[in-house]
Amino acid sequence: MKTILLPFALIAVMFTSCKKNTFNLVEKQSKTTPVDTTITSDKVIDNFIAPFRTHLNKTLDSTLAYAPETYNKKDYGINRALNTAIGNFMADVVYKQAQPIFKSRTKLDIDAVLLNHGGIRSVISKGPISARTAYQVMPFENSIVIAKLKKPEMDSLLNYLATERKAHPISNMNLILNKDYSIKELNINHKPIENRAYYVATSDYLATGGDRMNFFKAADTIYNINYKIRNSLIDYFNKVDTIRPKIDNRFIKLN
Amino acid sequence: MKRRQFIKKSAVASSLLTFGSFGLQSCAHSISNKKITILHTNDVHSHIDAFPADDGKYPNLGGFARRATLIEQIRKENPNTLLLDAGDIFQGTPYFNYYGGELEFKLMSKLKYDAITIGNHDFDNGIDGLYTQLPHAKFDFLSANYNFKNTIMDGKTLPHKVFTKSGLKIGVFGLGVELDGLVDKRLYKETTYLDPIEIAQDQARILKENLNCDLIICLSHLGYKYTRKPDKICDITLAKKTKDIDLIIGGHTHTFLDKPTQVINSAGKETLVNQVGCYGVNLGRVDFTFSSNKKLNSNGKALAV
Repeated sequence: MKTILLPFALIAVMFTSCKKNTFNLVEKQSKTTPVDTTITSDKVIDNFIAPFRTHLNKTLDSTLAYAPETYNKKDYGINRALNTAIGNFMADVVYKQAQPIFKSRTKLDIDAVLLNHGGIRSVISKGPISARTAYQVMPFENSIVIAKLKKPEMDSLLNYLATERKAHPISNMNLILNKDYSIKELNINHKPIENRAYYVATSDYLATGGDRMNFFKAADTIYNINYKIRNSLIDYFNKVDTIRPKIDNRFIKLN
Repeated sequence: MKRRQFIKKSAVASSLLTFGSFGLQSCAHSISNKKITILHTNDVHSHIDAFPADDGKYPNLGGFARRATLIEQIRKENPNTLLLDAGDIFQGTPYFNYYGGELEFKLMSKLKYDAITIGNHDFDNGIDGLYTQLPHAKFDFLSANYNFKNTIMDGKTLPHKVFTKSGLKIGVFGLGVELDGLVDKRLYKETTYLDPIEIAQDQARILKENLNCDLIICLSHLGYKYTRKPDKICDITLAKKTKDIDLIIGGHTHTFLDKPTQVINSAGKETLVNQVGCYGVNLGRVDFTFSSNKKLNSNGKALAV
């Protein structure tokens, strides 16, 4: 005990025997270090993670399909279209997977799909696709819902797309904007818009006003088909051999 | 028994060495320097493992096990180190979907994170989902502008915390992003969002004037800058409109900065804003050196950042 107390007594003497120094900030330096392969893994941490990792990998890594290219949501093509290959792919998958379920439960058809560009959370990398890919692209637990939108809400939706100037993924609709972002041409299911209610599939996140898509909050009815977006992707990957995402003319602005 | 004594003795010897030399120096009024190292991450988003070699964007980058090694190396160089995270710890890999954030908090505790602020995605399993994981976290949750009073998180966060390293006081406070329109209300429930600028000014004043901090750090999940929405509050605006904050560690926008942005604050002094991208692919570091006999020039600039 004595040996422990001694230094504290000494320190006390040192501090009281002279005037307290004030310390001023004189220099700032910064360094951002990439956590790359030059750094060896901490064995203790790695061993701690190992059982969690093994359990996950068992269920996630079997190959379901194949991606011929890497698809990035920031790749708008040479003409800087308002659509991306990965966004088109996701919106199309939601349409293809949700439509039969919605139809069988309600006898109604999905008219169009609207997702959000920010909701694409990862690239789809070239090569084998697994369930893990679906978790990367869509890590959230959001489900597909179908919103019944009357004409005024449909107009707000279109106005939102025209003013946001973002490649929000759409499916089963075509929107061509003039140079000044006014709407030049619009087709839903290959037909011009009519004065009726439309059934728009989206995520429950957006349906509750996420990304300021407030028109969904004004929906007449929201149909929940209890189908997670991620599961729709996994089910689609199981169905196809190779995915073929493409940038197209579904949502463009004229130059 | 013998082993324990050895540890005790060596601890005594080292404390004599450190404090002894410091005491003598300060008496003689010779140059005495103290360095505080701030390490930081943001938007790790449940990236427990490094990205695989065939990843299209961040091949072979990140991972907790590697970050642990790097942090330990830096702590060995300078024990006066704080490790902070600016939020969005949760959501992004199946580890979160499977284990609900338990692994993230356990690993951050093992890496000895000192404090974090709460990001919007940390509400992804609901405020109850966040609360459930709290027992796994051995670090502080700093949030000055979320009012959790009518939620299960009431009393589980602090607006700020003062860390003392080598006699210097480092005040850290946290700021979160507006949740309305970003997170489903059913998830964040009765959490209310307060104006970040007002709160930041208030926190900086408390830390500076009442708690006599030598260094003030804001952990922010507001986002770096919104070019297309210039009125939206961001770290750059926050830095400009407040004073006495030395460093804003940001997140949310996944902004990769090579070095901190130097912003002139409302008092004409410098506030640094830093952010290191996302997914744990980088570790941020800012060193602040304090000296007993020199003063930084009056505008707080002049520094190799």
